[in-house]
Amino acid sequence: MKLEIKDLNVSIDGKPILKGISLVVNPGEVHALMGPNGSGKSTLSYVLAGHPKYKIDRGDILIDGKSILELSPDGRAKLGLFLAFQHPFEIQGVGLSKFLFTLAKLKNEKLSFIDFKKQLDVNLSLLGVDKSFIDRDVNVGFSGGEKKRAEVLQLLTVKPSLAILDEMDSGLDIDSMQVLSKAISELRTPKFSCLVITHYQRLLNYLKPDFVHVLVDGKIVASGNAQLALEVEKKGYQGMAV
Amino acid sequence: MSLTILNNDYEKKYGFSDPEKFVFKTQKGLSEETVRQISKIKNEPEWMLDLRLKALKIFLSKPMPEWGGNLKDIDFGKYTYFFSPSDKIAHNWDDVPADIKKTFDRLGIPEAEQKFLGGVGAQYESQTVYHKLREDLAKQGVVFTDTDSAVKEHPDLIKKYFSTVVPAGDNKFAALNTAVWSGGSFIYIPPGVKVTVPLQAYFRINAKNVGQFERTLIIVDKDAEVHYIEGCTAPVYSTDSLHAAVVEVIALEGAKVRYTTIQNWSSNVYNLVTKRAVAHKDAVVEWVDGNLGSKLTMKYPCVILKGENSRADILSVAYAGKAQHQDTGGKVIHLASNTSSRIISKSVSKDGGRSSYRGLLRVVKGAKNVTSSVKCDALILDKLSRSDTYPKMKIEELATIAHEATVGKVGEEQLFYLMSRGLSESEALALIVLGFIQEFTKELPMEYAVELNKLIQMEMEGSVG
Repeated sequence: MKLEIKDLNVSIDGKPILKGISLVVNPGEVHALMGPNGSGKSTLSYVLAGHPKYKIDRGDILIDGKSILELSPDGRAKLGLFLAFQHPFEIQGVGLSKFLFTLAKLKNEKLSFIDFKKQLDVNLSLLGVDKSFIDRDVNVGFSGGEKKRAEVLQLLTVKPSLAILDEMDSGLDIDSMQVLSKAISELRTPKFSCLVITHYQRLLNYLKPDFVHVLVDGKIVASGNAQLALEVEKKGYQGMAV
Repeated sequence: MSLTILNNDYEKKYGFSDPEKFVFKTQKGLSEETVRQISKIKNEPEWMLDLRLKALKIFLSKPMPEWGGNLKDIDFGKYTYFFSPSDKIAHNWDDVPADIKKTFDRLGIPEAEQKFLGGVGAQYESQTVYHKLREDLAKQGVVFTDTDSAVKEHPDLIKKYFSTVVPAGDNKFAALNTAVWSGGSFIYIPPGVKVTVPLQAYFRINAKNVGQFERTLIIVDKDAEVHYIEGCTAPVYSTDSLHAAVVEVIALEGAKVRYTTIQNWSSNVYNLVTKRAVAHKDAVVEWVDGNLGSKLTMKYPCVILKGENSRADILSVAYAGKAQHQDTGGKVIHLASNTSSRIISKSVSKDGGRSSYRGLLRVVKGAKNVTSSVKCDALILDKLSRSDTYPKMKIEELATIAHEATVGKVGEEQLFYLMSRGLSESEALALIVLGFIQEFTKELPMEYAVELNKLIQMEMEGSVG
């Protein structure tokens, strides 16, 4: 799926956060967006998914050539957009497996529980998690790593055409990062596009991006190939902003 | 057709009403004459009439309660206190008057009976119109009948237990019920008999401005077990109806009783019910109480733990929608040592609805080694709605008590999270609400759980979030 962000200006409570972002993610491409805390990375991911609290002052977001600004979050999800949250929410009383089945059914109404379960077992072993994991309530009492796994499990279940991963790597050890990266690479097809948002370069060692962009103070200050990430690592974000 | 004790479209499914046909009804309003008439038409023994008349005096002398919900608009003069649509109780659905049978058909009762119930009672206005108990249960000595018949067929049990758990003087509405009661279930389970299939009664108010005052008495003898289910609905009228029931449960030594209620009254019904159980030594009493609909519900299922080692479990859910007030909760009184109790209460308020938790936990002096946990959780779905908590504790002995209360609001962030997964706003809300009451739903027979879920999903539609 093709994502185009055109001169996007976004504010919250009158305070500008994103100041003229333009970016094109073509089908099949993986882009990384790096930036320090407060640069507007998470805002961008929320705005792409349609969070109501942000105001779009100028610009547009298009999916396959059509503006999605008027679409609700679920409308965007139905087009094939998926946001993996940095801080996902707890849903008391709803088991993870039931939740995943609900999501899978949204995509394919006729899906049988047996077929769903088969795929789920494959996904669970891919993520290296115990089967009892899916009997727990969604995100309730999950550790940081478990929450990320639950997000990726949803990602694998929904199989979106455009995934936005918001700080997947925060609070993860190297092993977990490897496992999650491997799982996400399972989704890669010529049609699947991905925007990986991260603070650190290390995730990009596993989730090899085609392009890297650096976001500082609501603006993209540099774009390039995977090499750029290493440069950021060396010079720091302040070095890039100049 | 599935079982529709609950259904997702009240107006369409239960909002219908049938023409008011009756074989006998009293004049509007309440007087000694009304009470005498009711007793006479039932051909009751003198002692029951005396009980009724004494209760009427208590009712008239007691002031209207000033706590709970707004009772000021109740005009006792405008209700019909006894309204009998049929003069006999059928034991076969084919013998039920055709238009009444049609009602229960539409509500799915005969089908549910065949599918998973051990016995069924159906009450229409003041009168039980159908009663049937599975033969094998009858052979074991199980009695499941309407309370009017029990007065004649089991006078000893009635004399021994009637009005002992909820005396007429308990509260104004218990007094009213005792004065004008009609119908309700009477259950007796003999010692050691374990009834594994639920017994169910269904209560339907059809006519306008009618009061329904059923009286249920359940006696579970030593080491016996039973699960009783009741469901209630009424059509949607612009004028209101009054439902003031009394339920008394006696769990003798080692007995186990579960009493499940799913009420889905239309929003013009005052639902003022007194439910109380006494648990003797080693007995277990469980109230599973679901309150939806009604204009005002005031109901606090109670267990008196009278015998050592007895246990109480009260699980309740209240859903308050537009212009509804659910004032519900649970009460446990620990009179004996080594007794334990658990109260879990969940309430959901939406579209300006109000839900209040009102509970009492009491441990009397001398009751040693008591444990209890009380948990009340409220979920508020919008800014118009309201939730209050009035927990009361009176602990006179060293006891282990856990108390927890939470008030949650469905936040924008939580909704956004679910909507970003492709769920619509109402689907997301329904998922949150169903998850919230899951502790309750999982205790229901599957057919009821499915219907309850459907109802909640329907209620969430058209929401403003």
